[in-house]
Amino acid sequence: MAKHHVTATVNGDCVEFLCETQQTLLEVLRDELRLTGTKEGCGTGDCGACTITLDGRLVCSCLVLGVEAQGKSIQTIEGMASGTDLHPLQRKFLEHAALQCGVCTPGILIAARSLLERNPDPTEEEVRYWLAGNLCRCTGYHKVVEAVLDAARELRGG
Amino acid sequence: MSDLRYEAPATLAAAVALLAGANGKARVLAGGTDLLIQMRSGRIEPGLLVDIKGIPEMTSIAAENGGYRVGAAVSCMQLIEHAAFSGTWPGVTDAVKLIGSIQVKGRATVGGNLCNASPAADSVPAMMAAGAVVRIVGPGGTREAPVENIATGPGKTSLAGNEIVTSFLLPRRAPHSGDAYLRFTPRTEMDIAVVGAGVNLTLDDKGYCTHARVALGAVAERAVLVPDAAAALVGTRGDAAALERLAAAASAACRPIDDKRGTRAFRIEVAGVMARRAAEIALARAGRSG
Repeated sequence: MAKHHVTATVNGDCVEFLCETQQTLLEVLRDELRLTGTKEGCGTGDCGACTITLDGRLVCSCLVLGVEAQGKSIQTIEGMASGTDLHPLQRKFLEHAALQCGVCTPGILIAARSLLERNPDPTEEEVRYWLAGNLCRCTGYHKVVEAVLDAARELRGG
Repeated sequence: MSDLRYEAPATLAAAVALLAGANGKARVLAGGTDLLIQMRSGRIEPGLLVDIKGIPEMTSIAAENGGYRVGAAVSCMQLIEHAAFSGTWPGVTDAVKLIGSIQVKGRATVGGNLCNASPAADSVPAMMAAGAVVRIVGPGGTREAPVENIATGPGKTSLAGNEIVTSFLLPRRAPHSGDAYLRFTPRTEMDIAVVGAGVNLTLDDKGYCTHARVALGAVAERAVLVPDAAAALVGTRGDAAALERLAAAASAACRPIDDKRGTRAFRIEVAGVMARRAAEIALARAGRSG
């Protein structure tokens, strides 16, 4: 069967790709578009490593088919920094040493940005609940939560 | 796998025609959070995916006869963020909030939660307690059925292979009504119900319960309505004795599995506790609502 021809917007750029029906959006991003910042962890929507936004909605890209991205707007970790200027969340993750192996980090950053866009002044509890779908096996989450709260403060101009 | 077809019809009629023409090899794709996992594990091997997210009536929330019609392909996040709906049906909203992570809720749908037919599905007992009625469309036309008539066992439904659940109708609320859903899980997030309990009730002007529905999840092969538990509340003001009778009736209705996540005895005991606590929340909400 012929592959699907899909047109979508990724990090503001119009992209086209071909995919099989069963190819996930995660596989398309990594293998077809070579955007390997988005990671595969579990492949079953449990770990959040493949978190992206789809039309502004936080999703696991392993649970979306590539063909479902037709006409949609996608944001991945590659679009987070402006050139060489890191997003405040990225900077705070480095300052607070909020990552070790780094596999979960792109997904956590995308999820955290989505939280701060909706709620610029979250409590620690709100951060922890929002990030419950992003598993980290290294940090114990404490520094992740501190970095998000610190980035939120900076973004509020505090 | 490479001959797997994908169609995204724009109308219900087209979706029904696609399903009818697929000889049972088609699957409806809504949020995909269960379907894609089942496909990847090899548990199912469909020949056609019918993506129903492009059908407007399946992805919208609309007022209808004083109630709400919720499209079966409305995502959990879309429903949670609908302030008027969540204000009217806080118990249904609480249940939907418990379905997976923010990411999963961004895709997962209430229709999918029902049709996946997990006995532990969180939204189902809450919808049953609410008295929700689903609209089903198939080649023979449209029919309606109460939510409790859809799942028949783990992964099994009463739907014909070419039928689609298109929407839920949540009825108009009488004054002094409230609903609640609670579940027991070992963790607070990212877990599957060991017991779930949904309660929906209405009080009269003096605070006496005139109507109640109680439903339990994860304690039988499918979510179950417990009329005896509801009857324990009706005619009372939700006093301690009534709540004890409700809890006992809830426990008596359980026929749970016995596994490492919850023993049989534990699930039976906790079903009573969850039902009682959910009833207390529903009573408080009903008391506050005009």
